[in-house]
Amino acid sequence: MDFINGVLSVFPALLGATPVVLQLAVGAMILALVGGLVLALARLSGNRIVRGIAIVYVEVFRGTPLLVQLVYIYFVLPSIGISIDPIPAGILGLGLNYAAYLSEVFRTSILSVESGQTEAALSLGYTPVKALWRIVIPQSFTVSLGPLGNYFIAMVKDTALTSVIAVMEILKTANSINSQTFQTTEIYTAAAILYLSISLPLSRLVVILEKKARSHE
Amino acid sequence: MSNSVAISIQDVHKTFHLSTSPSLWQRLRGTKKVHTAVEVLKGVDLDIVSGETIVILGSSGSGKSTLLRCINRLERIDAGRIWVNGELVGFVEKNGDLVDERPRALAAKRASIGMVFQHFNLFLNKTALNNVVAPLCAVKHMTHDQARERAIPALEMVGLGDKVDTYPSKLSGGQKQRVAIARALAMDPSVMLFDEPTSALDPELVGEVLAVIKKIAHSGTTMVIVTHEMQFAREIADRIVVMDEGVIVESGDPETLFTNPSHPKTKALLSRSSNG
Repeated sequence: MDFINGVLSVFPALLGATPVVLQLAVGAMILALVGGLVLALARLSGNRIVRGIAIVYVEVFRGTPLLVQLVYIYFVLPSIGISIDPIPAGILGLGLNYAAYLSEVFRTSILSVESGQTEAALSLGYTPVKALWRIVIPQSFTVSLGPLGNYFIAMVKDTALTSVIAVMEILKTANSINSQTFQTTEIYTAAAILYLSISLPLSRLVVILEKKARSHE
Repeated sequence: MSNSVAISIQDVHKTFHLSTSPSLWQRLRGTKKVHTAVEVLKGVDLDIVSGETIVILGSSGSGKSTLLRCINRLERIDAGRIWVNGELVGFVEKNGDLVDERPRALAAKRASIGMVFQHFNLFLNKTALNNVVAPLCAVKHMTHDQARERAIPALEMVGLGDKVDTYPSKLSGGQKQRVAIARALAMDPSVMLFDEPTSALDPELVGEVLAVIKKIAHSGTTMVIVTHEMQFAREIADRIVVMDEGVIVESGDPETLFTNPSHPKTKALLSRSSNG
């Protein structure tokens, strides 16, 4: 009983850190969605240089640890005169990293829309750009919704990494309580339960949204 | 029928450059890509008069579908000229050379050339009605209500007035193709191209689509139809064109062509269909 009471007693303090987690995850996801779509279109571009830049970006950001990227943005960029506050730095790091992964989701989902529909749109008088935006991309979102949702859930959990760049999110809050009370087991159990109680409903939501989006197929 | 030329095709050539992945054996010997060039159109000339219904016959690989796709420039011709309503489609002529036209100008010309595809190519995330409405809004810049007013009669014309809110996944092949026809017609094209419109259909669904195409032919739209339906071709065509290996080998009115074919290829095509 002591253990359960101990876990419950830390919850209020940790709950106070959840808005920061949501702020990080939502902010970074928006950045990653925009960045990912731009990268995907660049990867599919006819221009070799544009394609090359996108490929290099994706390889660099997927090929180095997110933790290193966060540390780099927060501790290294100031040395060249770019100082960013912890939360914006966290959003930037998570967003730039996830953009690389999301670009692959977008790229494959754009390619999965059968080319016949593009031909039909062109034959009806759509310009190639209009066909892409009005016909292909809306349908590619149906395909990418599931993977995007899963990446969002992963992102929520990865916000814990921003604790190393001084963001007072759930893990960092837990660390600071621990350094005062030394109730290590209770505190980190509470933190784990809190993460779980955010990500479980989210994954249900993803399943429901995906079903809804595919209802007419 | 007026005698103005709707489509003029002059000495059109088209070569496909295919690069395929090499077999394992070729790869082991250091081949990276296999390039082959296939000349599918070897100098095609054809004038189509406004209001005329032309049927193109030919075995697969004869170049008939490619020719159709060159008319609205889904395929780019290598040489020659194609005029639709007196204008080049997809090109501008500069000092005797063909230069690619700007996407916007090409799109505007394509909007007046309707096309119906073998595999329907409906927008799968849109209802039957919205398949017709969307291009009217996107290309003709109509409001949704204006587009609806035009789309519903178009769907009624093809006998689908009761399916407006149905998604393509819930339609039969014949119904999908009729939606595709309504979608193309609603754009009010001056020319309609049909690329094997019944080839992907179950036999019992062919009739409903052919009936709709006949109805359009009677309305006086210029039509170019690529098909394997011989009986249909005979009934609907003002003129039949037979293609083989990238050239037109014979053309004429359906009765003469069917009763007294002169080219061996035409004879072969006709005998195969009557046996089948």
